Amino acid sequence: MSILVDESTRIICQGITGKAGLFHTQNCRDYAAECGRNPAEVVVGGVTPGKGGTEIDGFPVFDTVEQAVAKTGANCTMIFVPPPFAADAIMEAADAGVGLIIAITEGIPVLDMVRARKFLEGYPESRLVGPNCPGVITPGVAKIGIMPGYIHNPGTVGLVSRSGTLTYEGVWQLGNEGMGQSTAVGIGGDPVNGTNFIDCLELFQADPGTDAILMMGEIGGNAEEQAAEYVKQHVTKPVAAFIAGRTAPPGKRMGHAGAIISGGSGTAAEKIKALEAAGIEVAESPADMGAAMKRAIEKAG
Amino acid sequence: MKIHEYQAKQLLAKAGVPVPKGIVAKTPDEAVAAFEELGGTIAVVKSQIHAGGRGKGRFKEEPEQPGVVLVRSADEARANAERMLGNTLVTIQTGDEGKQVNTLYVEQGLDIANELYLGCVVDREAGSPVLIVSSEGGMEIETVAHETPEKIHHIPFDADGGLPTFQAVKLAYRLGLPPNAVKSARKFLVKFARFVVDNDCSMAEINPLVVTGDGEMVALDAKVSFDENAMFRHQDFLELRDLSEENEAEIKAGAAGLSYVDLDGNIGCLVNGAGLAMSTMDLVQLHGGSPANFLDVGGGANVEQVTEAFRIILADDNVKAVLVNIFGGIMKCDVIVTALLEAYEKVGFTVPLVVRLEGTNVELARTMLAESGRDIVTATDLTDAAQKVVGSLSA
Repeated sequence: MSILVDESTRIICQGITGKAGLFHTQNCRDYAAECGRNPAEVVVGGVTPGKGGTEIDGFPVFDTVEQAVAKTGANCTMIFVPPPFAADAIMEAADAGVGLIIAITEGIPVLDMVRARKFLEGYPESRLVGPNCPGVITPGVAKIGIMPGYIHNPGTVGLVSRSGTLTYEGVWQLGNEGMGQSTAVGIGGDPVNGTNFIDCLELFQADPGTDAILMMGEIGGNAEEQAAEYVKQHVTKPVAAFIAGRTAPPGKRMGHAGAIISGGSGTAAEKIKALEAAGIEVAESPADMGAAMKRAIEKAG
Repeated sequence: MKIHEYQAKQLLAKAGVPVPKGIVAKTPDEAVAAFEELGGTIAVVKSQIHAGGRGKGRFKEEPEQPGVVLVRSADEARANAERMLGNTLVTIQTGDEGKQVNTLYVEQGLDIANELYLGCVVDREAGSPVLIVSSEGGMEIETVAHETPEKIHHIPFDADGGLPTFQAVKLAYRLGLPPNAVKSARKFLVKFARFVVDNDCSMAEINPLVVTGDGEMVALDAKVSFDENAMFRHQDFLELRDLSEENEAEIKAGAAGLSYVDLDGNIGCLVNGAGLAMSTMDLVQLHGGSPANFLDVGGGANVEQVTEAFRIILADDNVKAVLVNIFGGIMKCDVIVTALLEAYEKVGFTVPLVVRLEGTNVELARTMLAESGRDIVTATDLTDAAQKVVGSLSA
């Protein structure tokens, strides 16, 4: 079992004719094949306005998401559209009835995301993951995004993270401890995003295939504090966490648009305090994430 | 991207938000001319730097001279301008090194009845812009939030719909403004909210926001920064950028497509990915070291970028060792090592270099490093890397 992505997920790529879009769509298809699935039923096509009716490396290309959904039965989209047009692409996907919208694009203006999120309120059947995220992977089933598939193993740890390469690091460490993932979700490094920690915690708690949860947060905002409160109230599965940015200075954006300590709030210390108060096993060092997950599981018996 | 007060006020005025009459002065003569132009009786001379706390700030070269000063004669305007221009203003926000003042803004004096605070940011949780207003003008909003949170009003508004008029009127009454000021406040707040959205401000702060004796609401100060992701639709704002206000290494890094933040430590860090880069800084500190920078080379990490990254790190005299931490995913480790070795040759290393690699093709990459014959220390995991780079300082 898993969350968000399973055997029924049929993927299109918005922005498939761009270099990154095509490269990663091919990678997602290869991963499906490596999982022993029929890749043509997992990654079903792509969208680039003006290039409808053509084919690129075997993928049918459509002018609109609506057409792609009608022709392929896609229920998931991976967005590689450039930043000025990406929020519009998100709204188009929701309008076409796509249930899972994964926005990889980095650099979308924050007010564009404000507008897109408001628009999505009218489409409760659609879920946005990202933007500025590595995507979602259910190991052994399908990956939608830019993560290296082979480092993941099927397993029972649900992983949710604001980061990219740090997530791979966490996955790697879990592997070294003999643990795999039910699903790994990158929720992205932007201040205004779709899916948040609490959404994933709720899904992982309800998923019979998930036995434990690893959360990877960072400085900025208070999503981790809220997640800690949610864990205290609603999550019975063991949870471990790591927060990046203990050494980050205030007022400086650390790469991610959302990773900034402003007005003295959003510090790593505050987040770690809240997580520990909720009984979450917090890894002190980034080298300790896998081991922290193991400790949390052992503590829970 | 931050801009100066006078630039923010020019933009506000263009958007119909009232600001005091003011004139930019870059020489003492210009300051005197500005004083005369503004009526020749009273004016405020304000240092233009990006940091706040200017009124309480003092100059390194002129320890008695404040960064903002009220003047009542042309001679006073000239004397103050002479003590300010070209000198270094140290405020609570500049750090000890201070900021050189190259521009002054000379403004008309106002008859002030009320001082308030007004700010606007995008609230992450609500996913909407929100006005923040407090009756405590001139005070840091963080201090007010801490000591008297009941004095702060949060008004979220729709990005496209703008601030509804009733919200502005409600705020005016909540703040206890004099009745003759309500109409002016209503216009001000609605236009200010529109200004923030139309210009993709990531932050806009008017502190203090004042009401004059005749009931006019005016922006006495203005601090504005823009969402850099939205610059493609505001190309004209690029002219407002003042490079002398920014860190030289950060400017270079930005031009090379690298994400870099200068820090005080002595261990340079080169990492792929923002989260991992932050974690690497944390790791260094956890093992008794001190990071000299945050540096994310991004997903591509080609020879040019890695070379530039090394150059930027090594240009910092504080750097006594460098740690490279790469988790190769789609970007394979051997490709990164090829770039690393080429960059290493080009740059000419004089301090210890510790490299930690993990991920795709890591074995091949480690062999390449080992066979390169270069004086590069390889690490097996994160902890090993941190210990080796911190250890290299005492070796």
